[in-house]
Amino acid sequence: MDLIELRDIHKTYYLGEVDLPVLKGVSLNIARGELVALMGASGSGKSTLMNILGCLDHPTSGEYCLDGHEITWLTAKERARLRNRIIGFVFQSFNLLPRTTALENVLMPLTYTKENLSEYQMKQRAAELLQKVGLADRMDHQPSQLSGGEQQRVAIARSLVNQPRLLLADEPTGNLDSRTSEELLQMFQQFNSADGITIILVTHDPGVAKHAQRVIHIKDGLIENGTDQFKQGGAA
Amino acid sequence: MRFYSTMKTALGALGRNVMRTLLTTLGIVIGVGAVITMMEIGNGTTIAIQRTMASIGANTLVIVPGAVSISGVNQGAGSKMTLTPQDADAIIKECPAVRNVAPIVRARTQIVYGNRNWVPTYVYGTTPSFLEVREWTDLDKGEAFNEHDVRNSSKVCLIGETIVSEMFGGQSPIGKEIRIRNVAFKVIGVLRKKGANVMGMDQDDIVLAPWTTIKYRVVASSLANANQSSTNTTSTVEVNTLNQIYPNIQQNLYYVATGSEQADGPQPIRFPNVDQILTAAVSGSQIPYAIEQITMLLRERHHLRATDVNDFNVRDMTEIAKAMSSTTELITKLLLCVAMISLVVGGVGIMNIMLVSVTERTREIGLRMAVGAEPGDILRQFLTEAVVLCLLGGTLGIVLGRGSSYIVSAVLHWPTAVSIGAIVAAVIVSASVGVIFGFYPAWKASRLDPIDALRYE
Repeated sequence: MDLIELRDIHKTYYLGEVDLPVLKGVSLNIARGELVALMGASGSGKSTLMNILGCLDHPTSGEYCLDGHEITWLTAKERARLRNRIIGFVFQSFNLLPRTTALENVLMPLTYTKENLSEYQMKQRAAELLQKVGLADRMDHQPSQLSGGEQQRVAIARSLVNQPRLLLADEPTGNLDSRTSEELLQMFQQFNSADGITIILVTHDPGVAKHAQRVIHIKDGLIENGTDQFKQGGAA
Repeated sequence: MRFYSTMKTALGALGRNVMRTLLTTLGIVIGVGAVITMMEIGNGTTIAIQRTMASIGANTLVIVPGAVSISGVNQGAGSKMTLTPQDADAIIKECPAVRNVAPIVRARTQIVYGNRNWVPTYVYGTTPSFLEVREWTDLDKGEAFNEHDVRNSSKVCLIGETIVSEMFGGQSPIGKEIRIRNVAFKVIGVLRKKGANVMGMDQDDIVLAPWTTIKYRVVASSLANANQSSTNTTSTVEVNTLNQIYPNIQQNLYYVATGSEQADGPQPIRFPNVDQILTAAVSGSQIPYAIEQITMLLRERHHLRATDVNDFNVRDMTEIAKAMSSTTELITKLLLCVAMISLVVGGVGIMNIMLVSVTERTREIGLRMAVGAEPGDILRQFLTEAVVLCLLGGTLGIVLGRGSSYIVSAVLHWPTAVSIGAIVAAVIVSASVGVIFGFYPAWKASRLDPIDALRYE
């Protein structure tokens, strides 16, 4: 079974009397261990699809199955639990907590995890991840003391701290220069191939998309051109 | 673990903006500080008022002997002669609700100094503790008589302001001798002016002397004319008390039984009785217990059976006591109002800042929700922040309140008293203020949509 299975997903926003359909029947499969780029112009429904994929929102109709869990009708609380355990988020604007050290930023998601890790175990896991993203000597720095690339690396470490199956990166390089972007994208590729984490890069930049194994184009709420032809055998 | 991490997150969030945290708590600091200062000043004031009330006699209990009726003619209250100085000693020893006790022997008689004479409203024979019972210990001049004078029946007395002006025309009476029914008393002290009592009786028109002196040297015939105030001074049982002083030149004014006659006849049982016993309860609230204890003790001492009625009466100053308790209650209520207002103001301040904080940290809330915080986690976090703010404010407020009440008592010399109750209440109330006023902002934060919150600029 694939990690992500979308069946005829519709999402309609009700703005007063006008219905605004954003997703008009998206069906999509993403296998475990894939590195997928989700591309589309603004207004194409890209963000809405990402929100649904990230369990931040639920579809108006259709079925969404993530890692064997039926998501469509989960409550907010159950979705929060799922996000905590299965999904990691990386945002365009990093979204680190200000005036909080890199280490504590990475630790933050663990405080919402219901499994009981000791303080020491938590710190060790966070430190390991920071080391992995190359920030071993910056653990006690606050976001304001870090460069953009370093901040995004902290954010990546944070997204991985709960050992998620799926990493959702929303324009992860949108605020970074091209060299730093390249480094980060290589890092994504490395996590994908070494740790088998499924990664979805949401972007409008073809340069970013070319790092992916498969590109899914979305336009006017529909998946364009039979995407399955790009599918490669990257299943874990 | 959960509590620990929530606490840590809250403290971290508060620590990120120390200045704002301090300013936010200021409302609670001032609120709690004001409450504690007010409570302590109020406590002090209450104690001062109680003391003043006590000097009017709010805590005073008067024990008077019961009535005797002779041939169907009732002699009125105080006509029995069953109260003894030993009763007074027993009361102070055995009744824990009684602070002080003074037996009183009354006389109504003329006093003479030089070419002037006067009949004081009160000529009281008593013990030194009378002054303590009446809260009258600080004398205007001179000093009080002591237990030694009582044992020796010393002829010394204290006089009130009215007597000084009537008998001495303003000059110092200390060391002068006045004659009370031909017995010369040395004036050793002048009582502070007390004015009229609630009934309009001049309380300064008084002569105080050891009760033994009044009883044995002045009245001498307490058995015969028991109720001094109703006794006619020209009564036939008038005794010249000189025989007590000069036993050798005693002249018998009436027939005295010879030794053999005394031995033949039955001995009359006679003990020194007093006209009343004045006691002071430990405090206003102890008055009912004091009455109960005194009644039980005296019934036992007077060998009364269960069916017998009391041969004495214990009276309290109900009217004054009521005034005292209502005044105290009023002050407490007033302070409570002030306390509530300042704490509500402080609480609204906290709510205001928490709302600002929620708006300001919308993205942070969105992020926390995205990485898996449940609405309950967000609610708990902001609520904890509010409660921590309030407890912090409460702690600072206690310090501020104690400090300012100390300063008030040191600089302004107002009476203050430490109020543990106020401190405990302040902590509880400030935590509740945190919960009540922190709930709405926290609830608002927990209801945010993570998608909107993440996109919020």
